[in-house]
Amino acid sequence: MDITKATFHGYVRENGRVGVRNHVVILPVDDLSNAASEAVANNIKGSLAIPHPYGRLQFGADLDLHFATLIGTGCNPNVAAVVVIGIEPGWTKRVVDGIAASGKPVEGFWIEGNGDIQTIASASHAAYRFVKHASTLRRVERPIQDLWVSTKCGESDTTSGCGSNPTVGDAFDKLYAAGCTLVFGETTELTGGEHLVAARCRTPEVRERFQFMFDRYQAIIDRHKTSDLSESQPTKGNIAGGLTTIEEKALGNIQKIGRKCMVDGVLDKAEVPTGPGLWFMDSSSAAAEMVTLCAASGYAVHFFPTGQGNVIGNPILPVIKLCANPKTVRTMPEHIDLDCSGLLRREQNLDQTGDALLDVMLRTANGELTAAELLGHREFVLTRLYESA
Amino acid sequence: MIHFLVHDENDSCGVVVVEGIKAGETLTGWVMDQDKTIHVQVTQDIPIGHKLATKTLGEGDTVIKYGVDIGRVVAPIPVGAHLHVHNVKTKRW
Repeated sequence: MDITKATFHGYVRENGRVGVRNHVVILPVDDLSNAASEAVANNIKGSLAIPHPYGRLQFGADLDLHFATLIGTGCNPNVAAVVVIGIEPGWTKRVVDGIAASGKPVEGFWIEGNGDIQTIASASHAAYRFVKHASTLRRVERPIQDLWVSTKCGESDTTSGCGSNPTVGDAFDKLYAAGCTLVFGETTELTGGEHLVAARCRTPEVRERFQFMFDRYQAIIDRHKTSDLSESQPTKGNIAGGLTTIEEKALGNIQKIGRKCMVDGVLDKAEVPTGPGLWFMDSSSAAAEMVTLCAASGYAVHFFPTGQGNVIGNPILPVIKLCANPKTVRTMPEHIDLDCSGLLRREQNLDQTGDALLDVMLRTANGELTAAELLGHREFVLTRLYESA
Repeated sequence: MIHFLVHDENDSCGVVVVEGIKAGETLTGWVMDQDKTIHVQVTQDIPIGHKLATKTLGEGDTVIKYGVDIGRVVAPIPVGAHLHVHNVKTKRW
């Protein structure tokens, strides 16, 4: 497939970014505002609340990440408009202002001094107007270079490294050559193969920044570990699937960045890339945390290879699942968007499965729902750096 | 028919990619990087996705997969035996 000339039909947002979904999000600033946010989403059909358990007494870098993740989620081009609800006006306004900078329609509401019922009424009026507005927006044809694609794998097994991850790698090599904006991450899950990623960094400066992020995360492991992390990283599911050590898991993981892509830059968690190319984002290897960060960085479609059958989705970022394990494909077919188990039988080659993934990607970008969307998987998990004050 | 995959000919293990492999069976493996075929008789039942040793490994040896170090042997592993967490550990963490 010559992906360089491919197009998709997406929603062009106020800042020029192109989305593939058209959500009106009801975004709580904190745990206390989940109930009101869910009530608004219940009142106004076509709006989507994304509750989460945090946002109180956080401070320093952890608070900065909280705001970056919420603001980034609101700014994501898959979102048409945002209603922000917080317990008090100060931090609510901070999130509203961050999203408003993208030019997107956004309004904020707070509960103290108003109560849940009045807040729900006011916010429901705003959500009503936003959904009406979003329903008038139309998809337009855009070049493939406008599509930002992220990847992260989960519940991997040895078939991931043989089949589904190299399939993402083939697709990434093709998208990279086309000039798309790509990201991978999972910092601890490079352990044992970090030298291979370092060797792929475009410049000494990028390599130094990558090594800094890698070493920073290793220091966290060293500080808190009580064992060799077996059953955590690799997970119990990884081990049941045949993966033995973190090194083996990492070498399979790294297949996702293909054979030709260079690492052009390094992002901190939820940071927005500044140009096309392949970016490494420092991130947790836990599926929902990493995918939530990809959405907050502005990515519009996600490739998620699995071996044992991770079922994750995201509220705003369509998660495309691919799997090369014939047993998983047989026992959990409703979760798998692309079966690439033919690779293990030598019935397909990577060029073919990579093209098949790009075909699923284009169909998803044009509006076809993924397995995770159909099954209602909306895992929204904020990464925490340390305890609240 | 391919029963197991090996990434590189220097690797010390392969991945079983079919279900129901029983002890005593002689398996056909595909070495992907060199595109060649090898045969190994397994000494144990091996589930799909799990690894078999393609070389004899002694305690302290390094296990190679993808042509890279994936850990150390902590109990002897004959050719054709199940290679997993009971006889291989990480060198990190």
